[in-house]
Amino acid sequence: MTVRTRPPAGGAYELSHLRTLEAQAIHVMREVAAELERPVLLFSGGKDSIVLLRLAEKAFRPGGFPFPVMHVDTGHNFPEVIKFRDRRMAQLGERLVVASVQESIDEGRAVEETGPRASRNRLQTVTLLDALAEHGFDAALGGARRDEERARAKERVFSFRDEFGQWEPKAQRPELWNLYNGRIRRGEHVRIFPISDWTELDVWRYIAAEELELPPIYFAHEREVFRRDGMLYAVSPFVELMDGEAPFTVSVRYRTVGDMAVTGAVESTAATLPAVVAEIAATRVTERGETRADDRVTEAAMEDRKREGYF
Amino acid sequence: MAVANVIPAFDELGNRPMDLLRFATAGSVDDGKSTLIGRLLYDSKSIFEDQLAHVRETSERRGDGYVNLALLTDGLRAEREQGITIDVAYRYFATPRRSFVIADTPGHEDYTRNMVTGASTADLALILVDVRNGVVRQSRRHAVIASLLGIPHIVVCVNKMDLAGFSHDAFDAVVEEFTAFAAKLDVPDVTFIPVSALDGDNVVERSERMPWYEGPPLLYHLEHVHIASDRNLADPRFPVQYVIRPMTDEHHDYRGYAGQVASGVLRVGDPVTVLPAGRRSRVAGIDTVDGSLSEAFAPQSVTVRLEHDLDVSRGDLLCRPDNQPEVTRDVEATVCWMGSAPLKPGARYALKHTTRTVRARIEDVRYRIDVETLKREPDPGELRLNDMGRVHLRTAAPIMVDPYRENRATGAFILVDHASNDTVGAGMVTAVRAEEKGAAHERVGAWTTLLERLDRAAAAGDPVEDAVREALEDMRRRGLLAQ
Repeated sequence: MTVRTRPPAGGAYELSHLRTLEAQAIHVMREVAAELERPVLLFSGGKDSIVLLRLAEKAFRPGGFPFPVMHVDTGHNFPEVIKFRDRRMAQLGERLVVASVQESIDEGRAVEETGPRASRNRLQTVTLLDALAEHGFDAALGGARRDEERARAKERVFSFRDEFGQWEPKAQRPELWNLYNGRIRRGEHVRIFPISDWTELDVWRYIAAEELELPPIYFAHEREVFRRDGMLYAVSPFVELMDGEAPFTVSVRYRTVGDMAVTGAVESTAATLPAVVAEIAATRVTERGETRADDRVTEAAMEDRKREGYF
Repeated sequence: MAVANVIPAFDELGNRPMDLLRFATAGSVDDGKSTLIGRLLYDSKSIFEDQLAHVRETSERRGDGYVNLALLTDGLRAEREQGITIDVAYRYFATPRRSFVIADTPGHEDYTRNMVTGASTADLALILVDVRNGVVRQSRRHAVIASLLGIPHIVVCVNKMDLAGFSHDAFDAVVEEFTAFAAKLDVPDVTFIPVSALDGDNVVERSERMPWYEGPPLLYHLEHVHIASDRNLADPRFPVQYVIRPMTDEHHDYRGYAGQVASGVLRVGDPVTVLPAGRRSRVAGIDTVDGSLSEAFAPQSVTVRLEHDLDVSRGDLLCRPDNQPEVTRDVEATVCWMGSAPLKPGARYALKHTTRTVRARIEDVRYRIDVETLKREPDPGELRLNDMGRVHLRTAAPIMVDPYRENRATGAFILVDHASNDTVGAGMVTAVRAEEKGAAHERVGAWTTLLERLDRAAAAGDPVEDAVREALEDMRRRGLLAQ
């Protein structure tokens, strides 16, 4: 005999869209922990990976994380972000692995770009792939979202990488329901994106709902900047000024966190979370379009970097 | 272009109970599918200026002669070069009522597997029909796939009404043709909307050029279509995903079963049966980082504690003793084949169902389904890439299944090739052969033991009460009795 519960009438048992996204992301994280042998969670100090850390708490507490956290450190970070990273990791009591781009350069595995437009963005791929191999990681959880960029809009939640770390967008595994396929051979790995279906606004709303701490650069602050290609960059030891680029001080906030050489600031006086979220909700430009020089190289800049093994 | 101001303010977002609707679209550029999506995104202010500038620039460079909104969704180099959609692209937009995920899937037959990927999680399928061409092969194929994948709502946008003089008769002809065909499908809700994607008629705003149409525009329909009751809240199913055992001083004895409620509602105090073993216990607690819950419902991710210390691990399933799925090793299923090598009887694959992965062998390919007419071709011998058909499988260990029609979460599985590790098949359980019923079997065994003890005690002249007490204790220890 089967006894079926009558579904309740009138709105009970409805999950808000944000809690639905959360439940799905937790499911993805637990699948990774259960099906892959040596996963790692990639943490940049940015808002998306801060959300990932919260989701990992939700997935595994009161237990510890079944994976370490790894920061691919370009050496060109905002100092506020590194401070935040260390404080957050101490709070969580979880293990942090730092993979250093500077070390890759010192060992001759990566070659530093030169000139005023030099950046370590592309070098991160070398350091990332080396670190995955060195530690034997077979899965890397990342905070990339499909709404960020058109190549990412096409990527699976469980995204297969061959033994060279390459993504083959034309031959992705079909991904059905929530039945993820994490089977790989030795030397291959999977990139996993638990917040694939979140939008930038969802991330901000979640940060507000969960009262998550962010690095202070996400809020309006006075900073010495200069204008290049229509974007505002911080004056730092990592960028050479070109002729005619004059630094000035203005109130800015950051919308994304990358290294100092490629991440642009937004002029803003929004100093609180609700003020920032209100600005984001009203904005007419995407976060990567507004603040990331690394996507502007060619029409398929992201697809090309992803094929090589980029985040 | 008319721009509706529908981006919600922050405080509105915070206070409103918004839900999530996932819908899949399919079709080629010719149907106006990309134009329609572009129109929805643009009119709901979900296209950003830099994206639009990029599309304009690229359209100009390619000499498209118009702002080609298809470039918004065709994100891969190869797709832009060839002007076709190869893989699913996901797009997002929100109104104050609802958040939307669009799975924009390829319409072409060669990429059916990518269309099935997008359709597998959809609540609604959006099918475009060019009013001048009527219901063509491709529209029928999309409707059949939506039906087989159990999508409960179909919206047929009868497009290019501007090219048919906004004729009521032309619209009715398409409705009639599609309705006749849809009678063969298993889709409870089919809605027809006459639109002009290019001009925006009946997409976001009501069209004044078709006063004879009394229904809502597309966006209004998407915002209001009732999906809450599509979820199965009647049959509690909780596949155990991961066991949480901290072994720290603070949580030394903690043992929690982490998972996502697949369907139904679990409450603290509920009696549960753990399948496939059939052990019984009760829900002692439902934990989350945000505190304990008195109940959890699909699709929440939670951690369940049980009253008894049973051997429960990933791949086991918690359900109610009086409402159980079938525990079986023989499965009849509709399979969509995605492998380049055909599926044939005798072949072995890894089968992943909920959180359980077992080995499976193809016993028989019973028939192939013509995806345009739904006709069955018996004994095809094999299923080829992008074919769909009825298959009989045998698994090496039992799985706990419900028919896909009743429960998408416990009725779906994938097949993975052992050699290549590729996902090669998507299966939907149609019927279940109840050969093994773990729980019932074990209980019958225990009661038989009790009767045997009584028989022995009576024969030896011993007190019967002792035998009963011992047997009941034994059963309680094994979790076969509630308390």
